[in-house]
Amino acid sequence: MSKKLLLEKAHVEGIRYFDVYRREGGYRSVEKALKEMSPEAIVEEVKKSGLRGRGGAGFPAGMKWSFIAKPEGVPRHLVCNADESEPGTFKDRYLMEFIPHLLIEGLIVSSFALGSNDTYIYIRGEYAWIVDILEQAITEAKNNGFLGKNILGSGFDCDIHVQRGAGAYICGEETALIESLEGKRGNPRIKPPFPAVKGVWDRPTVVNNVETLAAVVPIINMGGDEYAKIGVGRSTGTKLISACGNINKPGVYEIDMTISVEEFIYSDEYCGGIPNGKKLKACIPGGSSVPILPANLLLKTAKGETRYMNYESLADGGFASGSMMGSGGFIVLDEDQCVVRHTLSLARFYRHESCGQCSPCREGTGWMEKILKNIEYGNGKMSDIDLLWDIQRKIEGNTICPLGDAAAWPVAAAIRHFRDEFEWHVLNPEESQERNYGLAHYADPIHVPVG
Amino acid sequence: MSDQQQLFKVTIDNITIEVPAGTTILNAARKIGGDVAPPAMCYYSKLEGSGGKCRTCLVEVSKGSEKDPRPMPKLVASCRTTVMDGMEVKNITSEKVLDARAGVVEFLLLNHPLDCPICDQAGECHLQDLSYEHGKEGTRYEFQRRTFKKHDIGPYIQLHMTRCILCYRCVFTADQLTKKREHGVLDRGDHAEIATFIEKSLENDFIGNVIDVCPVGALTDKTFRFKNRVWFLKPVDAHRDCPTCSGRVTLWNRGDEVFRVTARKDEWGEVEDTPDGKPGWICNTCRFEKKKTSDWVIEGPRLINRHSVISQGHYAGKVGTHMPTETFEAVNDGRKPKLLMDIHSVSEVNKPEVQLSLIDGPAHSKVFNQNND
Ligand SMILES: Cc1cc2nc3c(=O)[nH]c(=O)nc-3n(C[C@H](O)[C@H](O)[C@H](O)COP(=O)(O)O)c2cc1C
Ligand code: SF4
Ligand code: SF4
Ligand code: FES
Repeated sequence: MSKKLLLEKAHVEGIRYFDVYRREGGYRSVEKALKEMSPEAIVEEVKKSGLRGRGGAGFPAGMKWSFIAKPEGVPRHLVCNADESEPGTFKDRYLMEFIPHLLIEGLIVSSFALGSNDTYIYIRGEYAWIVDILEQAITEAKNNGFLGKNILGSGFDCDIHVQRGAGAYICGEETALIESLEGKRGNPRIKPPFPAVKGVWDRPTVVNNVETLAAVVPIINMGGDEYAKIGVGRSTGTKLISACGNINKPGVYEIDMTISVEEFIYSDEYCGGIPNGKKLKACIPGGSSVPILPANLLLKTAKGETRYMNYESLADGGFASGSMMGSGGFIVLDEDQCVVRHTLSLARFYRHESCGQCSPCREGTGWMEKILKNIEYGNGKMSDIDLLWDIQRKIEGNTICPLGDAAAWPVAAAIRHFRDEFEWHVLNPEESQERNYGLAHYADPIHVPVG
Repeated sequence: MSDQQQLFKVTIDNITIEVPAGTTILNAARKIGGDVAPPAMCYYSKLEGSGGKCRTCLVEVSKGSEKDPRPMPKLVASCRTTVMDGMEVKNITSEKVLDARAGVVEFLLLNHPLDCPICDQAGECHLQDLSYEHGKEGTRYEFQRRTFKKHDIGPYIQLHMTRCILCYRCVFTADQLTKKREHGVLDRGDHAEIATFIEKSLENDFIGNVIDVCPVGALTDKTFRFKNRVWFLKPVDAHRDCPTCSGRVTLWNRGDEVFRVTARKDEWGEVEDTPDGKPGWICNTCRFEKKKTSDWVIEGPRLINRHSVISQGHYAGKVGTHMPTETFEAVNDGRKPKLLMDIHSVSEVNKPEVQLSLIDGPAHSKVFNQNND
């Protein structure tokens, strides 16, 4: 049983309410932080903990905090990114739904560290019922003196405001989120300036993921050094993984990042293996934006070493033979799944979610979807596969925000590792309408011309 | 040393120039001029916040600065990246840039109807210029192009979204020249469209300027639509005493008849500054209502900017001039074009040696009479 820091108490009866949460040891980190620590000391602890952003990019949280500009007389803001719209990712929902006070507690400590008197939770519009849960938790915290004016007599004031999004994936990108929070159209901003200098209403702002901010609670309780001992290398602490697809036990798991991918998929403690005795074909280990890996490269790296569920190991081999930890959305495909169809459904998603500001993403995502549709429905040409490759290449790196990359990578990885399946669709337009390609040979990554 | 006096040395395509700190790579390159200046479809120096969107101005920064010589990992939008001292930039000397730019041009043309023959903007369209200079022949796009219905936004302006490249210039113009936020973008991605707040007509003294900033034929002047081709008109600078704006305009005449009025544009296609250093936006009265020569004091002929297709006279046989795969009816909601003037076939006016601004009274010049009447 691996150590749990976030979800340990998530299923205690009534933990959603302040009294139970408090009785179970909740809000101790706020007492410790506000009474015994300076904001700088908290930032220092978070740095020591090695905590990396859980929203996708894995940027060290303490470092991000230390970048926040502190001009005299200008308010600063902490914004919690609860937009969680990446296909396959539903860990933040679970945390907020079952143990909302953990997030509120993390937010209070983090707000104190950053000097944010008005802190925002920007939540995905579809999570409407969670808004009520959070608002209830905020009210309870306020009634008990953990929010509002002069918290615990420390002189620190803080309010938390919940703002609902209107259902756009792009509003999870931090600068689009800020625009949306300001009441504008959620178009990502052109950086620089970075939010740490000019964020919400041009004030210095830190945007962090729900899980990142919740993890601040155990870090303060146990100390950064202790936290850093859990996990391995630069993958410290525990990570929430939302597992879905062809597995026996879909759900949210908290892991310490030392277990192997194989154990995660097959052990009964986690996914519990693949139903109906089917074989594993492929997996997207970190949410829809990260590269898909065929089974052989998923369980072992290209060097033949065991692959583990952590930032470094999942990325081993770069994009040629590795993937990313991303946001922890773990999507498993068994032998009956069609990679072409799967790639098409992701392409459709990105086309629909592109904000449309920059031409490569706006036009390229739609183009890729149309070509993939042709291939999937038996109207593809061999040259379409190279064309897809060329389109994704021209989007990647040439856009304002990473959604362009996120749209390009799944297509690139699918062609890189499953080109034979694409070719089979083209060469067997009728058969491909009736049956799936199956496992075929994914023994070796298929050579794809670089560039 | 104050910030304003500080000069940074920047080398673009092996040409070194000194510019004040805070200058963007694009503006530094424009100072050098010629091919070193990257094409810019969305940036507009007179509009705050513009740029960064179209990605045509991407360049490679091969050396970050004297202090931090590391190259930048990705291509950057030159219109939104400021120079550093000692920076080295590659524009047309970078394979990567040329490749990415060709990609961007292809993306911009992907859903464009390529209906230049029936488009009022033809001849002074920045997208047309861009595809001549940076595009590839033919498209790899085999799908139905997206279309939109035409909208009238007010009595003078027509919006034809089908041609829009979503550069946002008109949005910034409407935001910054008028006090209300009523012109913006609805929806997102490739289905995003420019719209006025619930189909409202825009009534503001300066709203006509959206026509001048639009790089393509998406926003056009209804008082001019289909009246004439721009290359049959002769641009002359003129002014009048206007209570609302500077009254400094360009008239587009044929003989003595004023066909349209626009702001004066510089070589980058942006409105020129007036002598007091402010952008020379013009008001609706000057633009739409003063259509008699007697309304104006004529100053003299105006040179046409170096980029424009009309000034270079190369319509045919160049890159990017491929015809759309669909018929015009398909891109025009089933309607047949009323009038077809194919700028792709060579016309007499388009000869390179013909300098439009040197012809007097082009409408009745010999050159025109042979082909048109
Ligand atoms: C298109 C797009 C969508 C994103 N969606 C989310 C999201 O839903 N939740 C999230 O925490 N981060 C999301 N991110 C990442 C954020 O931009 C940002 O990096 C993150 O919130 C930072 O938090 P962290 O440092 O705690 O990971 C998204 C990024 C992109 C480009
Ligand atoms: S990459 Fe896509 S989503 Fe991001 S700013 Fe550009 S068009 Fe918008
Ligand atoms: S209508 Fe013209 S100015 Fe406005 S966004 Fe479209 S192309 Fe740009
Ligand atoms: S001009 Fe720079 S991105 Fe459009």
